[in-house]
Amino acid sequence: MIGGLFIYNHKGEVLISRVYRDDIGRNAVDAFRVNVIHARQQVRSPVTNIARTSFFHVKRSNIWLAAVTKQNVNAAMVFEFLYKMCDVMTAYFGKISEENIKNNFVLIYELLDEILDFGYPQNSETGALKTFITQQGIKGQHQTKEEQSQITSQVTGQIGWRREGIKYRRNELFLDVLESVNLLMSPQGQVLSAHVSGRVVMKSYLSGMPECKFGMNDKIVIDKQGKGGTTDEPGKSGKQSIAIDDCTFHQCVRLSKFDSERSISFIPPDGEYELMRYRTTKDIILPFRVIPLVREVGRTKLEVKVVIKSNFKPSLLAQKIEVRIPTPLNTSGVQVICMKGKAKYKASENAIVWKIKRMAGMKESQISAEIELLPTNDKKKWARPPISMKFQVPFAPSGLKVRYLKVFESKLNYSDHDVIKWVRYIGRSGIYETRC
Amino acid sequence: MRGLAVFISDIRNCKSKEAEIKRINKELANIRSKFKGDKALDGYSKKKYVCKLLFIFLLGHDIDFGHMEAVNLLSSNKYTEKQIGYLFISVLVNSNSELIRLINNAIKNDLSSRNPTFMCLALHCIANVGSREMAEAFAGEIPRILVAGDTMDSVKQSAALCLLRLYKTSPDLVLMGEWTSRVVHLLNDQHMGVVTAAISLITCLSQKNPDEFKTCVSLAVSRLSRIVSSASTDLQDYTYYFVPAPWLSCKLLRLLQCYPPPEDGAVKGRLVECLETILNKAQEPPKSKKVQHSNAKNAILFEAISLIIHYDSEPNLLVRACNQLGQFLQHRETNLRYLALESMCTLASSEFSHEAVKTHIETVINALKTERDVSVRQRAADLLYAMCDRSNAKQIVAEMLSYLETADYSIREEMVLKVAILAEKYAVDYSWYVDTILNLIRIAGDYVSEEVWYRVIQIVINRDDVQGYAAKTVFEALQAPACHENMVKVGGYILGEFGNLIAGDPRSSPLVQFNLLHSKFHLCSVPTRALLLSAYIKFINLFPETKSTIQEVLRSDSQIRNSDVELQQRAVEYLKLSSIASTDVLATVLEEMPPFPERESSILAKLKKKKGPGAVSVNELEEGKREGGELNGGGERGGDSSAIASTPSPSADLLGLRAGPPVTAAAPSAGSLLVDVFSEAGVNDDGFLRFVCKNNGVLFENQLLQIGIKSEYRQNLGRMYLFYGNKTSVQFVTFTTTVTCPGDTLVLEPLIEGGAQVQQVINIECLTDFSDAPLLNIKFRYGGALQNLTLKLPVTINKFFQPTEMASHDFFQRWKQLSLPQQEAQKIFKANHAMDTEVLKAKLLGLGMALLENVDPNPENFVCAGVIQTKAQQVGSLLRLEPNAQAQMYRLTVRSSKDTVSKRLCELLAEQF
Repeated sequence: MIGGLFIYNHKGEVLISRVYRDDIGRNAVDAFRVNVIHARQQVRSPVTNIARTSFFHVKRSNIWLAAVTKQNVNAAMVFEFLYKMCDVMTAYFGKISEENIKNNFVLIYELLDEILDFGYPQNSETGALKTFITQQGIKGQHQTKEEQSQITSQVTGQIGWRREGIKYRRNELFLDVLESVNLLMSPQGQVLSAHVSGRVVMKSYLSGMPECKFGMNDKIVIDKQGKGGTTDEPGKSGKQSIAIDDCTFHQCVRLSKFDSERSISFIPPDGEYELMRYRTTKDIILPFRVIPLVREVGRTKLEVKVVIKSNFKPSLLAQKIEVRIPTPLNTSGVQVICMKGKAKYKASENAIVWKIKRMAGMKESQISAEIELLPTNDKKKWARPPISMKFQVPFAPSGLKVRYLKVFESKLNYSDHDVIKWVRYIGRSGIYETRC
Repeated sequence: MRGLAVFISDIRNCKSKEAEIKRINKELANIRSKFKGDKALDGYSKKKYVCKLLFIFLLGHDIDFGHMEAVNLLSSNKYTEKQIGYLFISVLVNSNSELIRLINNAIKNDLSSRNPTFMCLALHCIANVGSREMAEAFAGEIPRILVAGDTMDSVKQSAALCLLRLYKTSPDLVLMGEWTSRVVHLLNDQHMGVVTAAISLITCLSQKNPDEFKTCVSLAVSRLSRIVSSASTDLQDYTYYFVPAPWLSCKLLRLLQCYPPPEDGAVKGRLVECLETILNKAQEPPKSKKVQHSNAKNAILFEAISLIIHYDSEPNLLVRACNQLGQFLQHRETNLRYLALESMCTLASSEFSHEAVKTHIETVINALKTERDVSVRQRAADLLYAMCDRSNAKQIVAEMLSYLETADYSIREEMVLKVAILAEKYAVDYSWYVDTILNLIRIAGDYVSEEVWYRVIQIVINRDDVQGYAAKTVFEALQAPACHENMVKVGGYILGEFGNLIAGDPRSSPLVQFNLLHSKFHLCSVPTRALLLSAYIKFINLFPETKSTIQEVLRSDSQIRNSDVELQQRAVEYLKLSSIASTDVLATVLEEMPPFPERESSILAKLKKKKGPGAVSVNELEEGKREGGELNGGGERGGDSSAIASTPSPSADLLGLRAGPPVTAAAPSAGSLLVDVFSEAGVNDDGFLRFVCKNNGVLFENQLLQIGIKSEYRQNLGRMYLFYGNKTSVQFVTFTTTVTCPGDTLVLEPLIEGGAQVQQVINIECLTDFSDAPLLNIKFRYGGALQNLTLKLPVTINKFFQPTEMASHDFFQRWKQLSLPQQEAQKIFKANHAMDTEVLKAKLLGLGMALLENVDPNPENFVCAGVIQTKAQQVGSLLRLEPNAQAQMYRLTVRSSKDTVSKRLCELLAEQF
């Protein structure tokens, strides 16, 4: 179990330190600082083992969050907790920055006391937490006994994530499908590895205790329906459906029902939450294709030409496109010509950065650069790191489609039709690289 | 260089590591583009960029360009540019770079320029890089600069230090030869800086070849006396807080420590005068209150004292030094107290100052008790150990014991060993010794090693007068409710042996003794329990009245069915022994232990081992030297032992520290702990006798060394191969062997083959008959300790036998011819081995004579004939061996034409059957 939790700023100064178990000493704080934050080589691994103590860390901008333990814990659980903790903090005071943490340190200690008990993670649902941990200081005097007992029964009850008696004038529902697409491609255009990791994020403003049902074009469900029901359009439905490799759900989803019927039904928490997370590896729509061409002209010159092709419906627009072309370490000068967007040699990052604001589907664009090199006595050959790319597209590269989202509330008199529903797809680049 | 300053401040202001890396990448790109740029850079910007690169390198980033620009800077005429160039090169250029030729060229130019600053820069660069390549290129050049008449003083200084550095990295390349005398004369230089630099060089060189630099002694002495006698204002720049040239003085004194006292009376007189002046000055009131003043003064003083100790020939100075140190013992400064204690330790071993050191005993004891720093306390303990002798042993041991109760854990074990050694070494009264050691076990039982209590028991067993007292004391000590296991061991052993001595007292009647011991039984570990069981069976012998009680104990399930095999076996065997054997048998079996042979104290060996070879305190080494033997302590207990002391010593030598006559130290065969009683000559005979009847085998073996032997003989010639096998993982150093023959009867030519010293061939020629075997003496160093070993080579007269076949009547004819009484030697002896005819035959054949069948009327008897071939003559010999199976006896008769031969053969053979 988690023995302690520390938050550091970029310099390695401790902002928050909470120790839950006696086997973690004071020196653990320094051990992490010395061995990870101030390490000579950059530490890539999120898990570090120092003197039989394991440190799990995540970094949010300049802030390091580290969980410490001496036991053999489930690492995935620890990271899940750390991410949850980030979410909770963001929900309470916005961006995680040094200043915000310093301003809210009392609140953070209060939260830590609540969500982690003797190293065991507890209820970390923001909505529930907000009912009894508030930013306005102690409200004890104003709270009635009734309210207090209600909190207890809610937190310890079956539906810990939603309280009773919520009322909205307009019942609204926002649903975002957020995906990030990862790719590694060979210079010849062969896909070496590709996968999409996606999240379904919901914002619900619904009255009462509604029962929701979410449907998407999951291959298993579609096939089942195709088999059990009518056999019309088997080809179409087969093409439209996607194979989900694995998925995880928010605690509100009834897993037993998912296991037996593959249907996703739940009583949603109030406000924003992540309904599910999934990963697909088959039939991924790659929004962009990068074609590199690198030619070494003698020892002191290098010619680079990169073509990008957009590969989606012409009616859609990709945004915030950025192509990063690494340059050798002995670059002494760069000339760039590009047809579209802006390109610049950034010496501090050893790369040419090419930015395009917008680009429609089925288009093509090109950049060419001449790189001058300084001859060195170093025999090491340039390692040629891959060209990486960033973008944002308004569709789901995995092919996921929301088929329905039904809301049932039997006690209050509003039906599925009265709920206003919004659905949005956003596809972003993860690590999207092409070797050159 | 504003750009550099801005860059550095940018880096310092970076918020995170990533930001720093970004800034550096940007700067590197900028520098690359500048270096690549078409227009040539001026010296200033080149210097600036090289500086930036250097800074980036020092931050920990790799730099793989800019070397060329740095080399270009070397040829600049501006000091700052040249300096940065040299700096970059000494930090960044590795020896196998292609640029090394260009760099060497630039350095050569600078060395040959007339500008002293440039020369100095070049010299500093050579010294800083200090690689082999540099040494190869410039080792010839620098001595020339050093001794040239027209070289500036500052350059000479640099040259001397540069040469020192090159000498340290590649001594083979720096050949002084012709320069030696001129370098030595640098000690006479006008400039103090040059002298200071030169003396470092000379000290280093003279350690390697002291003879070549012998002349420096007188020069150093005169230089020292000039400094010492000068007033504080004379040496202006070189006066440091009113002390004239402290560094130079220290170095001079240290140089003198490389040499023995000067033989020239005048020089020596002057030196003694200097040392006296230094000691006098220490007495003067300080000229300044500043700490630097006293530090400088004390540095010289301590160096002078080390020189006095090194010479160890001036009693007057030694005593004065000791008094001076005595003052420091109570100084406020902890460092001074530490140094004083340390120096005193060495002083204590000098015969002149030993008494003087002893006067400070109270202060040292006080230091041991009150000092706050553990390292100083440790030194105090060392000094107490060093100053201890018969007169103050009781006091010191008592103090150390009382200190032990509160001592720091890190030094306890060593303290315990020291107390044990001192108590043993200076014990006049053995009851005091027993008291001390038992106290030691009581106070610090956990730190008392096995060796300590082994030793008590050895001593108690070897001295009759103390046995009763010891038994009484342990009995009393055991009555304490909680006593240490080591105490139980000692108690068990001693009561088991000498419990009868106190049994008369009703308070310590046998049964009381037994019950006392048995009350501790269950709290002890297995080895102790085993020891106690042995003590019980001894009780049965000592006090028959306890027999039933003890048998009851032995018979109990917890003993006779014990899960530990050793305990179970002892219980079963002792029970049987006690019930079956008669009192006589019991008394024989369980007789009192015989005295242990004297040997080197195992405790001392342990202390040496603890300190590591080479770190043996000077005191012990001195001790060893004075007593004319060598310390065989390689660390193995029982492995090396010395013969019984034969040097006249004031009292019985407890420690076995004194080795016998130089040759006699030898080691017993393979690790037997108790069987180290030697033959009268102190030479190992076991191996020798085994070789009378055979030619090949293992002659000697101990923990370190194995010597195998292979030999062949023809007529009067023989050849012997000796194989030396090193059984340790460490090298034996200075392994030498010498073969000596008693008399001139044999001619031996030892040939050492190969560098590996594994095999040695000895050619043997027998000139005339002989009885004493040649001796093989082996000396080598193992782990710092000198090992000395003397063995008899198995060359005996019978090796030169030529077998002669003859018929029965021939034999008896010759037998009758050799009838003179001196020609016959006869011996009747008991059989040592089983009387097996085949074995006997093989042995007789191995002897070298012909075994004659069907000669003797009695088929049980053996007769042999042979001729011994020597260069001078041939000696015919006849032999008759008559075994008597009933009496297990043999009668051996040897007749030969020479009386000495008969006698010798008879002696040799008597041991064989």
